[in-house]
Amino acid sequence: MKSAVVVFPGSNCDRDLAVALEQITGRKPAMVWHKDAELPDGTDFIGIPGGFSYGDYLRSGAMAARSPVMTAVKEAAERGVPVIGICNGFQVLTEAGLLPGALMRNARLSFVCRNVPLRVENSQSLFTAGYQGGETVTFPVAHHDGNYQADPEALDRLEGEGRVAFRYLEECNGSARDIAGILNDAGNVLGLMPHPERVVEAAHGGTDGRRLFEGLLETVA
Amino acid sequence: MKARVFITLKNGVLDPQGKAIHHALEGLGFSGVNDVRAGKMIELDLTDGTSDADIEDMCRKLLANTVIENFRIERLETA
Repeated sequence: MKSAVVVFPGSNCDRDLAVALEQITGRKPAMVWHKDAELPDGTDFIGIPGGFSYGDYLRSGAMAARSPVMTAVKEAAERGVPVIGICNGFQVLTEAGLLPGALMRNARLSFVCRNVPLRVENSQSLFTAGYQGGETVTFPVAHHDGNYQADPEALDRLEGEGRVAFRYLEECNGSARDIAGILNDAGNVLGLMPHPERVVEAAHGGTDGRRLFEGLLETVA
Repeated sequence: MKARVFITLKNGVLDPQGKAIHHALEGLGFSGVNDVRAGKMIELDLTDGTSDADIEDMCRKLLANTVIENFRIERLETA
């Protein structure tokens, strides 16, 4: 798998994601700067990492979504290249129009930083093939703007089409229908607030995130 | 020429910040507040001749997230 991790000014989980990808896929991902207009030839997986791109100015992910590299990311996504956006990366993907809805300030206004149990709602996607449907996994969250909102019709569509990939099993940030992660209609773009890349080895205190990347490696490579 | 863009959350979109402000106002003893909605104002200094359509385009492409926000443009006449 030839992966690429996009780096914006203010990204801070880019290296966590790169380490996880290298460990699991056996290949160092290309780190692509936000000003680059192109992704390396043959890129078959793109990660948009967590952090505080552009200091969360205007809205979380708003500036990053309009940076030069995102044109290349959108083109790749349209060609079917799998794209994952984690935390700030999820915010970037919604701002870029690659995923529906928006991530707003947490309902209680406080930064949430803890492990949360999630249910894998759809284990048929590229990203969740390593899990059993309905399985409970624990990923850490660390965000201020993770409150997922969309209009009721859009939410119904997501649910009806099996595009809710992960759901919080306890109240986390006020998200509509406890949605933690969603897929695009083609199923090759996943955005989620929790951090699978932070639970890939025993020293992290958990390994539930590992199977996300392992499943992806099997389906992509 | 200057213009101001007012960005507000759409009706029905819950506004945790507005709620917190409302709470704080009540805590200070202001009892006559029914509801609070928080938004933002962006002031643009524009070259003369910038059209309304241009400003609207700026709002749609960047300044507002039209999934959750409305915008209103107000031109400031300069003497």
